[in-house]
Amino acid sequence: MSAEVWTYLLVGLSFTLYIGIAIWSRAGTTGDFYIAGGNVPPMVNGLATAADWMSAASFISMAGLISFMGRDGTVYLMGWTGGYVLLALLLAPYLRKFGKYTVPDFVGDRYYSNVARVVAVVCAIFISFTYVAGQMRGVGIVFSRFLDVDINTGVVIGMAIVFFYAVLGGMKGITYTQVAQYCVLIFAYMVPAFFISFMFTDIAIPQLGFGSQLSDGSGLTVLERLNQLSTELGFDPYTDGQKSTLDVFFITAALMVGTAGLPHVLVRFYTVPKVADARSSAGWALLFIALLYTTAPAISAFARTNILDTVANMPYEEAPSWFSNWEAIGLITFDDKNDDGIVQYRGPHATDYENELNIDKDIIVLANPEIADLPAWVIGLIAAGGLAAALSTAAGLLLVISSSVAHDLLKKTFKPDISERQELLIARIAAGVAVVIAGYFGINPPGFVAQVVAFAFGLAAASFFPVMVLGIFWKRMNKYGAIFGMITGIGFTAAYIIFFKFVSPELNSAEHWFLGISPEGIGTLGMLINVVVSVSVSLVTPPPPKEIQQFVEDIRVPV
Amino acid sequence: MDQISRQLYWRKNLQYLAFLLTFWFVVSFGCGILFVDFLDQYKIGGFGLGFWFAQQGAIYFFVIQIVIYVILMNRLDRRFGLEDKSEQKKESNGGNP
Repeated sequence: MSAEVWTYLLVGLSFTLYIGIAIWSRAGTTGDFYIAGGNVPPMVNGLATAADWMSAASFISMAGLISFMGRDGTVYLMGWTGGYVLLALLLAPYLRKFGKYTVPDFVGDRYYSNVARVVAVVCAIFISFTYVAGQMRGVGIVFSRFLDVDINTGVVIGMAIVFFYAVLGGMKGITYTQVAQYCVLIFAYMVPAFFISFMFTDIAIPQLGFGSQLSDGSGLTVLERLNQLSTELGFDPYTDGQKSTLDVFFITAALMVGTAGLPHVLVRFYTVPKVADARSSAGWALLFIALLYTTAPAISAFARTNILDTVANMPYEEAPSWFSNWEAIGLITFDDKNDDGIVQYRGPHATDYENELNIDKDIIVLANPEIADLPAWVIGLIAAGGLAAALSTAAGLLLVISSSVAHDLLKKTFKPDISERQELLIARIAAGVAVVIAGYFGINPPGFVAQVVAFAFGLAAASFFPVMVLGIFWKRMNKYGAIFGMITGIGFTAAYIIFFKFVSPELNSAEHWFLGISPEGIGTLGMLINVVVSVSVSLVTPPPPKEIQQFVEDIRVPV
Repeated sequence: MDQISRQLYWRKNLQYLAFLLTFWFVVSFGCGILFVDFLDQYKIGGFGLGFWFAQQGAIYFFVIQIVIYVILMNRLDRRFGLEDKSEQKKESNGGNP
């Protein structure tokens, strides 16, 4: 069977599975719709959280980014896993004890203020929409490359599937489809990794193969060979960092803290039965995520070596078929500057030739099976896996948007007298509308989506995280501190990012950055500002009322 | 639960957090970023030790930290009689990683 038939088959099977689960797990109450009835076993919640969290960016883009960044890729590897330690230790158990439906719920109740609740709703919706647009785009790209339908049709198919299970099943439907999606995506990620690691080193486990000798008899390890190839072609050695230590520090911290402040991840901890389950499900989630995150850098290194070896001085006429496939859709571009018919792939320090080749980072994972000549079914598997990663994250985000509108804005703020039945209907309509808007952005992406997605972390770090942690660990924190803290934190971070990315992009380089911190890492500073403002404002305004101090005492103990 | 044992429970919890978060900072920001070049002079398999922490090791330690936290807190809950014994949900309790 050809790769295309396999792709149709595997994608079709996985979609049938998701629809089947959606029909089986319809939501009957608002509790089902927002938090899956609060009855999800911790390991299942861990699986769902892992799929919720790992998006098209983790599955499709991350290994590629790392293979072009070398050691600096650690900002993603540590940044997107280390946040789970913060989540498990500082937030998850207390949120579960609080035990309501949304993140703005917590902010609104702890700070006894609908203003704080609405500020939190605005942050949550903004973060979720920027994120979800990127996922829909990912769905479109996978469809167009592997199934030969155009990007827009791909987005519409993806929307239809998400619409079906998110609107019908709410959190309950989403949770169980996410479990299936995790299984599909991790299988799709690991199989090619096993093959490639075995091909290079005779060791099938990529985490070990990554640090072993090559099996080509050269006696070099993978990383030695990669450093050698990189330097020969004028790139920096793979195992050296290019970014300043301070910047790596700030970016990693912003991604970690941002992870712990993302609303679609936080709400997952409301779905387990007990406080102890919230702690252990954070552990399960990180374990399942770590499986992919420790494999990714191995894929990066193998793919980089493979590409440098294959195309660095290859006659254009002899280019393998994957090269022309990806060239055809513009993700590889070759410009024969010296007209010698040979592809010269060179880095910034090369002295012999000018660089003639551009490789889009996204193809590292998608093209890897073709580059490594793996069987046709593996290619189909990658397509199914990429779709699973994008759809699972999209669904989690859509639920945050839906519950923010139906629960926080209507039920809790503007129309408290609606019945549960009406609230459920509104939640469904809101989810449906959100799917359509997300699909619109997937088809007509505003030029800045890709950049904004990365900044969603900075914004989450500078707004939610400090307010929630202080709310739990410092009883004296009051509503004035929270409101001013959130506004200055997110305001400072957004202003810095907008200035360097949209107002004066020509100044966006290390010598103009404040203290040498890039816009990607500024969320860390925004968070510190938030903390300072929150604490100072709280200390000069009246302490929170007695019942709020009692509320804090109560969430600190598990029963 | 009386006020004094609440406070004891909370103080113990904060001690665990201080210990675990220090550990967290050392393996990630310490070994993987601040001291990465220094650690690279040592080898672990085909990796420089600093590079290994940055791209592999820190993540393993993160998982281990949460496991330790879960074990410590479950023990603390038991010692203070704070386990949630809601029976109908018993079957979902088998989930310590």
